[in-house]
Amino acid sequence: MSSGLNRLTIAEASARLHRREFSALELTRACLARIEAVEPQLNAFITVSEKEANEQAVEADRRIAAGDAPALCGIPLGIKDIYNTCGVRTTCASRILENFISPYDATAIAKLRADGAVFVGKANMDEFAMGSSTENSAFGPTKNPYDLERVSGGSSGGSAAAVAAHQCLGALGTDTGGSIREPASFCGVVGIKPTYSRVSRFGVIAYASSLDQVGPFTKSVRDAAIMLRTLAGIDRLDSTCSARPVPDYEKALRGEVKGLRVGVPKEYFIDGMAPEVESAVRAALKQYQALGASVHEISLPHASYAIAAYYLIATAEASANLARYDGIRYGLRVDAEDHNSLYDLTRALGFGTEVKRRIMLGTFALSAGYYDAYYLKAQKVRTLIRRDFENAFETCDVIATPVAPTTAFKIGEKMDDPLTMYLSDIFTISVNLAGLPGMSIPCGYDSNGLPIGMQLIGPPFSEEMILRAGDAYERSGAFTRREPAI
Amino acid sequence: MATINREKYEAVIGLEIHTHLLTKSKMFCGCSTEFGGVPNDHTCPICTAMPGALPVLNQHVIEIAVRAGLAAHCEVAPYSIFDRKSYFYPDLPKGYQISQYGTPVCKGGYIDLPPDKNGAPHRVRLVRIHLEEDAGKNIHEGGHSLVDLNRSGVPLLEIVSEPDIRSGAEAAAYVQEMRAILRYIDASDGRMEEGSLRCDCNVSVRPRGHKEFGVKTEIKNLNSFRFVEKAIEYEIDRQIDILESGGKITQETHLWDPVREVTRAMRSKEYANDYRYFPEPDLPPLIVPPDLVEAIRGEMPELPADRRARYIREFGLTPYEADVLTAEREVSDYFEATLSGLKNRKTAANWVMTEVLRIVRESGKSLAEAVPAPTEVGALLIMIEDLKISLNAAKTAFATMVKSGKSAEGTVAELGLAQVSDEGAIAEAIDRILAAETEKVNEYRAGRDKLFGFFVGQAMKAMGGKANPKVINDLLRKKLSG
Repeated sequence: MSSGLNRLTIAEASARLHRREFSALELTRACLARIEAVEPQLNAFITVSEKEANEQAVEADRRIAAGDAPALCGIPLGIKDIYNTCGVRTTCASRILENFISPYDATAIAKLRADGAVFVGKANMDEFAMGSSTENSAFGPTKNPYDLERVSGGSSGGSAAAVAAHQCLGALGTDTGGSIREPASFCGVVGIKPTYSRVSRFGVIAYASSLDQVGPFTKSVRDAAIMLRTLAGIDRLDSTCSARPVPDYEKALRGEVKGLRVGVPKEYFIDGMAPEVESAVRAALKQYQALGASVHEISLPHASYAIAAYYLIATAEASANLARYDGIRYGLRVDAEDHNSLYDLTRALGFGTEVKRRIMLGTFALSAGYYDAYYLKAQKVRTLIRRDFENAFETCDVIATPVAPTTAFKIGEKMDDPLTMYLSDIFTISVNLAGLPGMSIPCGYDSNGLPIGMQLIGPPFSEEMILRAGDAYERSGAFTRREPAI
Repeated sequence: MATINREKYEAVIGLEIHTHLLTKSKMFCGCSTEFGGVPNDHTCPICTAMPGALPVLNQHVIEIAVRAGLAAHCEVAPYSIFDRKSYFYPDLPKGYQISQYGTPVCKGGYIDLPPDKNGAPHRVRLVRIHLEEDAGKNIHEGGHSLVDLNRSGVPLLEIVSEPDIRSGAEAAAYVQEMRAILRYIDASDGRMEEGSLRCDCNVSVRPRGHKEFGVKTEIKNLNSFRFVEKAIEYEIDRQIDILESGGKITQETHLWDPVREVTRAMRSKEYANDYRYFPEPDLPPLIVPPDLVEAIRGEMPELPADRRARYIREFGLTPYEADVLTAEREVSDYFEATLSGLKNRKTAANWVMTEVLRIVRESGKSLAEAVPAPTEVGALLIMIEDLKISLNAAKTAFATMVKSGKSAEGTVAELGLAQVSDEGAIAEAIDRILAAETEKVNEYRAGRDKLFGFFVGQAMKAMGGKANPKVINDLLRKKLSG
């Protein structure tokens, strides 16, 4: 009975849970069994919380039986290990927090918990969300479910792979420069980064505070709408969080896009983009025209400065955000003669190479005498990039682009060349700099059978519109999902 | 130190005052700001900088900052931002302090100090007032270092003066006046001994008449008026001594050693920092709408300088009396509460300055705990004014009231201190005395005026000391001349 339950979407599973066709405990056990079966190859989780998940499932069944349970009640989810989860360790994929058990829940976690969701485990990621392949995890890389030789993308690679491999029905990720959309694209699932401030960041371990945003991974656009409905909304614990009312995103999925103006930035079809990626996205655009939308070329003239601006702003913020990991109050401590040596040794041992690289880059960018040339200049570029989008949205409703220039690359392929690695996020980074919502939806496979993703970008707080556009494409049948090899 | 020719030099001094704000909860979380407590009891994930925790600004802090800005004649910024100031120290949990760097909440302004001994007024201009959070406290004991984060995240105002101060005494007067202002507006409890108000002094000297500033040193963390004055005077002497012997001043940070009464330079490692300020992305800009400023302006209490002026103008007090009475808002409020129904304000002023403050000093308690309610003292003062009791009787009554806590009227009655103004009784006593002292009466009438005092004394003695002296005087005069 319970075999295959883990393959359901959230919408399907929720409906059937409420009809009492199976229990949340059976559903959870199906996911945990799948985790046990494929984890040795996939490595999507840092911590599997089997005991807690079973307890949550039992409680969910009680609520469902009592009636009036929310849609996410009893739904097994994976949680990126960047979210504080009270009682279950939160490592951020770093040695420095290897044994850290948080005393509190992130707001996103508290909201999901209040809905009765079940947390099967803490998903793997690049250390402190710094990376595009999950190879920077202190706990080893997460493999791509479509090809175990390849990366799952990053930084939320564990969450993406876990959903693709049916270890859970949905997952939480975070996106600072593409960390939801790129792994969603590489693993063939849906991933949405909402407008900056749409979802509370409280309790999400900070990488770059002005760019970080919470978002879900799911198997369908509808599922993404269901999860976002719970996650979004004001939080008195995050003063950057928007007070704007939260619409019912699921109700926005009307299945039609007639008259929708789809903009395609000419700057995004660059040299070095895999031809199969370009043709898959172009085919998806044709499909939109077939559905009654119009496609226009637009321009985002400052696009080429986005990566440089991002790696100054994000690393500057990170250099301060990561200062708290000093070995004094929690986490790893290497004892020493005096406190300065204690810091040096603790941080030398606790942080991985990429984290150290970004801390140094950010520290440099903020140093006396360099601030104006680097940090301040990058902020000016950020304003120009935001204006590019404002101008573009004068003539179109949604912007469609590839998510990444290539499909999933081989493990180890880019580890010695950080600059090439940084280019994986070339199409996603501007969206964070502008604070806009962006979604990755699967739109094809390359000749190796690797998923390709299309990115839909909207103006601030247009999540309903991009979800509707994504859902309409998904429903049109132009794309047929293939199950991963694993 | 050799004898120093201070006349040749002029000191230039600027102060940074840091004060805890009188809020119940911390600047960015709901933890208590109460002083002391079991170490790390007043902490939460936010003020211990747990991973993922975010700051949310306590709105009360804004109101206090605006009050301080208005009290010091500053321009209140309608828009300012918070910055991160980065440095590593075990008592700084986030590895950065949330402060304001480029855009302070208040700019400019000044305060006027009470006139000095020569009666000269003195205005000290301000550069800025900004908001920041305090760090925790490192405790070193038994070869260990311990960290107490109860103070971490307590809101602070930093008030930066222009270099308008010229001596240690002036600096102490400035700190005293600023402290009084902060206490008047309920911004700070001003408890320097608890570290809730402390200051850093920037000191340099230059040959008198020169325009350029000399190289300055900074003396950190002074927590009493006396230390401010002594440390600055020491530092001025030290600098002049170096210059006089042909040396150069090094720009460095000093600490005051209150035991040896010297300043000592900190190792450069202790303060050499590039703070890498940048805008705090976790907090939105601090918006202070003009109508909020106006609302707060409408509710501002009278400030010490205004009270001083009013006491001199309306009550006829001397500048010194006005100064003593307004230095602490508590004392000033007490004084004013004694005035109801009283004609002579000077009597009340003297009484508060001598009797009341003496008891407070001797008891070591707070004003409210040490002495009877001001209305009771007022009642006592009215009895003196109405000649119902003598000054000495009032002092006796007051001493009893301090111990018993009973009312003025009850105490005076209980101790039988009321003066007899009954002319019949007094006249009877006088007649008896004059009849017994016929020789002295004749001498008086023959011109020995001095004997008048003798008769008064005898009459008072006969009345048991309780007779109204004015009535005695009047009757005696009448009978002796008759």
